[in-house]
Amino acid sequence: MPRVKIARKSTATDMTAMCDVAFLLLTFFIMTSKFKADDPVPVDIPSFSKTVVLPEDNIATITIGKGEVFFGVEGVPVRKLMLEEMGKLYKITFTPQEIAVFASTATLGVPMSQLKTFLSADETQLKSFKQTGIPTDSVSNELFNWIREARKADLALTGKALRVTIKGDSKEEYPTIKRVIAILQKQKVNKFSLITALRSAPK
Amino acid sequence: MAELDTSGGGKHKGGKVRSKKASTRVDLTAMVDLAFLLITFFMLTTTLLKPKAMDLVMPDKDEKDTRLPVAASRTMTVLLGSNNKIEWFVGEPGKSAPTVDNYGKDGLRKALIENSDKIKASHGGEPMIVLIKPSDKSNYRNLVDAMDELNITKIDIHAIVDITQPEIDELKKQHLY
Repeated sequence: MPRVKIARKSTATDMTAMCDVAFLLLTFFIMTSKFKADDPVPVDIPSFSKTVVLPEDNIATITIGKGEVFFGVEGVPVRKLMLEEMGKLYKITFTPQEIAVFASTATLGVPMSQLKTFLSADETQLKSFKQTGIPTDSVSNELFNWIREARKADLALTGKALRVTIKGDSKEEYPTIKRVIAILQKQKVNKFSLITALRSAPK
Repeated sequence: MAELDTSGGGKHKGGKVRSKKASTRVDLTAMVDLAFLLITFFMLTTTLLKPKAMDLVMPDKDEKDTRLPVAASRTMTVLLGSNNKIEWFVGEPGKSAPTVDNYGKDGLRKALIENSDKIKASHGGEPMIVLIKPSDKSNYRNLVDAMDELNITKIDIHAIVDITQPEIDELKKQHLY
């Protein structure tokens, strides 16, 4: 009886299409991933057992660490409008270059009197520029104005209310937090978010 | 297919000896492996880096008219002192002896659960109200920890309130201020 011969097929598959898809996805993820902006002060966030994920835009962050307060808002158009309004308020005019530097700065922490110097500093100076924090006292009211202008600018551009978040260092003394919360409450922001890490479920 | 046509293109009459050409087909397996590894990495990092947060609602300072009178015996006040210690009491300050406690499972959480049950039993099922009063000597983590305990014990009615002078004196007595 003749044996039935099974034709042997090569096990090598063509990987080209798979490779194409893989690299396409890779490119997509690299493009969409955003690098985390450095905090001006080291911030060790406390943990909480129930957290919600924050949206990417329409958000303002108040960073608190070492007794200093920093402020940042997401979105380049919002930042530009905010700076313009702050300039009007404090009677400072900014050059287009300074506005561009400001728009690319994620977190701001200088008093208004030093803002001009900070924004005109070049790349290398900018890195070593020591940000001393935004004054939170009620005399100059700078943080209050920054938050108010950010909220106004965000509402004008996106039509949604700005979500204010506080990113505080674990070791931060309560009075600083209290001052910031008082500033927020003064403009009737009674609901805000505290940035926390997720703690594993309690046992 | 990906491989290029490397055959000489038709038959040659001359009978010239041609060197055998190697196939240009490359093994892409390793490359695909690497690509997928990187994809996995970027996928995970982009979703994991999203900041997480807890929502905090503060009592409105202006609207005094909407306040409702509640029995002081339904409230439990938690004072946040220094050295990661707390002091709590039920009812009005000075009326009952405060208890010094610490954060965590056997400290604040136990006290919250016990007091919640007690108040529910004595007030006909009405829930306990917790007031958190952070002193100037407490830190940010203390506040978040205290909120976390309330979240774990599912005590929904709570507020962060400014501390008063008699309560600071109380903390001073226990060397927590």
